Amino acid sequence: MSPVRRIPLVSATNRVLLVLFAGLVLLFGTVIGTPLFRLGTLRAMALQVPQLGLLSLAMMIALLSGGLDLSIIAVADFSALVSAFLLTNIPADPGGLGILLQVLCLLAGLLVAATIGAINGVIIAYLDVSPILTTLGTMTMIKGLSVGLTHGGVISGFPPLVLFLGNANLLGVPVPLVILLLVAWPVAVMLNRSPFGNLIAMIGSNIAAVRYSGVDTRWVLIRIYVLSGLLAGLAGIIMMARFNSANAAYGESFLLVTVLAAVLGGVDPSGGFGKVSGLLIALAILQLISTGFNLLGLSEFLTLTIWGVTLVSIAGLGVLRQRLPSRRRAISPGQTSSGPISPRAER
Amino acid sequence: MRSTTSPGMFLGAFRRTHEFRLLIATVGLIAILSVSSRRFLTLQNGLDLLTSYAFSGMLAAGLLVVLVSGGIDISFTAIASVAQYVALVAVMHLHGGWLMLFAIGLGIGTALGMLNAVLISTLRISSIIVSIAMLNVYFGLLMFLSHGNQLFNMPDWFLNAFSWVLWTDSEQNPYVLNAQIIGLFVCFALSWLLLNRTSIGRQIYALGGNAEAAARVGYNAWRLNLVVYGYMGFIAGLASLAQAQLAQSVAPNVLVGRELNVLAAVVLGGASLTGGQGTVLGAILGVAVLACMENGLILLGVSSYWTQFFDGAVILVAVSTIAWERRRQRAAMRRVIAAPAGAAVARQG
Repeated sequence: MSPVRRIPLVSATNRVLLVLFAGLVLLFGTVIGTPLFRLGTLRAMALQVPQLGLLSLAMMIALLSGGLDLSIIAVADFSALVSAFLLTNIPADPGGLGILLQVLCLLAGLLVAATIGAINGVIIAYLDVSPILTTLGTMTMIKGLSVGLTHGGVISGFPPLVLFLGNANLLGVPVPLVILLLVAWPVAVMLNRSPFGNLIAMIGSNIAAVRYSGVDTRWVLIRIYVLSGLLAGLAGIIMMARFNSANAAYGESFLLVTVLAAVLGGVDPSGGFGKVSGLLIALAILQLISTGFNLLGLSEFLTLTIWGVTLVSIAGLGVLRQRLPSRRRAISPGQTSSGPISPRAER
Repeated sequence: MRSTTSPGMFLGAFRRTHEFRLLIATVGLIAILSVSSRRFLTLQNGLDLLTSYAFSGMLAAGLLVVLVSGGIDISFTAIASVAQYVALVAVMHLHGGWLMLFAIGLGIGTALGMLNAVLISTLRISSIIVSIAMLNVYFGLLMFLSHGNQLFNMPDWFLNAFSWVLWTDSEQNPYVLNAQIIGLFVCFALSWLLLNRTSIGRQIYALGGNAEAAARVGYNAWRLNLVVYGYMGFIAGLASLAQAQLAQSVAPNVLVGRELNVLAAVVLGGASLTGGQGTVLGAILGVAVLACMENGLILLGVSSYWTQFFDGAVILVAVSTIAWERRRQRAAMRRVIAAPAGAAVARQG
């Protein structure tokens, strides 16, 4: 099936999302007034977005390849715990050596995250296990490892470098947001312009065709899940820096929300299509709803409801737009509405 | 489409199935645990295990049907929370009885499940995305409207319901058959009947095996989805009432978060995420393996903090062997197809 004929979940996604975002700013701006635009509010939003943002990026890479990575939260927490354990056990040294050691501790966490990602990739690529099931297994096991080693406890008390990553400002912009943007940009360039990004999208569209055209799809799959793991590990470090502690259960409620954010941002859950820019706008929308409701004194749980409703309505809008203008809907044979991820999610 | 294998009838064929290997693993596990812990293979421990895993088991029976149809549902824990909460609030305020409890609990479960089906069918987005969205919708609304308040002081007839003492032993310990165990058996029996003894069940296998072919034959995917997700909701409602009776209280936030564990158990039992594959026996064994292992580890003195780690290891091993086996089957199938027609018939015969 050629990519051109494929109907993405939402057509002209970014336009719809931007209109939605503008509408929400207008709506909340009218109802709430100036508190919405106060520096404190904006700063709070900028501090909350990056964790979900990095995790959503990790999920998005897997979704683009037609898979799913359920292990991202477990990986984030585990690598944060590894970094936290090392950070709290190295000798305190205020000089350059101390900083170097601390950076090494953080890198060790990322290395662990990449390793788990590689394990995911190997199982998916070489044992032919579907990504959902593989990552369901590693999620349970890695979470179990974190809980088993820490007994559910918290590791805390970090050097200033870590606190800087979580809470400081650079030119008025919170460092976590800077990190998100610094990561999102190269990821976007990679997805849109590099051969690897191309391969991810092609694998998400039709893995058999890619394999038959001589690409080592297994190696690409491993790299996809390593990258997903790395982004999750980075999210874990940001969470650890934000909360000044690491724990086996931080951010668990984010898992399904990352899928929502990615799909809302225009990522086709059956693979192949999606842009980082769409994801970022979707994140801004989700955060705006969350902050707006918070300022209105509405329950955080109502936010969850609205997030779900937003996704379903955007999808509904997509269907309406397909049906109304012309009756000739291209029905692709494989596109059954009930398939869990895609007909070929489990090869 | 691979048909379900019924034990007894084709023992030879059964020996090559995933269910058979799982059965061997379960029996082996039970044997090892019985030898190493004297408390494991006792009637009391068995009844306790059945009771505490009833909720997951019941949901597994429902989720199996969804997976067979080629879909997936993540929202059933939220549906269960809504069903039990609304049903018990209504019964407590209106002083209703069993009929009202079941009518509301099962009615809400079925209705929300059917709403999922309608969205999945009309929006043409994958069931996993719809059910993740609806999980948030149902759960968020419930938490918002209930303010997270727990329900206590439920009517006595509910709290004391259904515990038939089978017998009491010499030390006056009662062996009790309770609502949870009955519910567990009812759910598995219902799923077995639905999948193996009704035309709809066969259509569900067909839909999951090849949706396009099923549509060409004239099966109505829309109606089948309604049945499948409605059934999942119905089971979620039933399981939620059993769970509330066991917990003797209702908290709106204790069930959500367990959905992936149930999924793991069903998948462990051999159900495929692409649909068309999976049996009730497999689902039962999937739940049983996890239950016996978790229980056994605790009886052997392993800290319960490590339970999840072993769960994950079992899941990884199971899904890897299943995938390996399916690949071998496909390779064998290709050889049969590639061979001349006569040889293929001879080989099969």
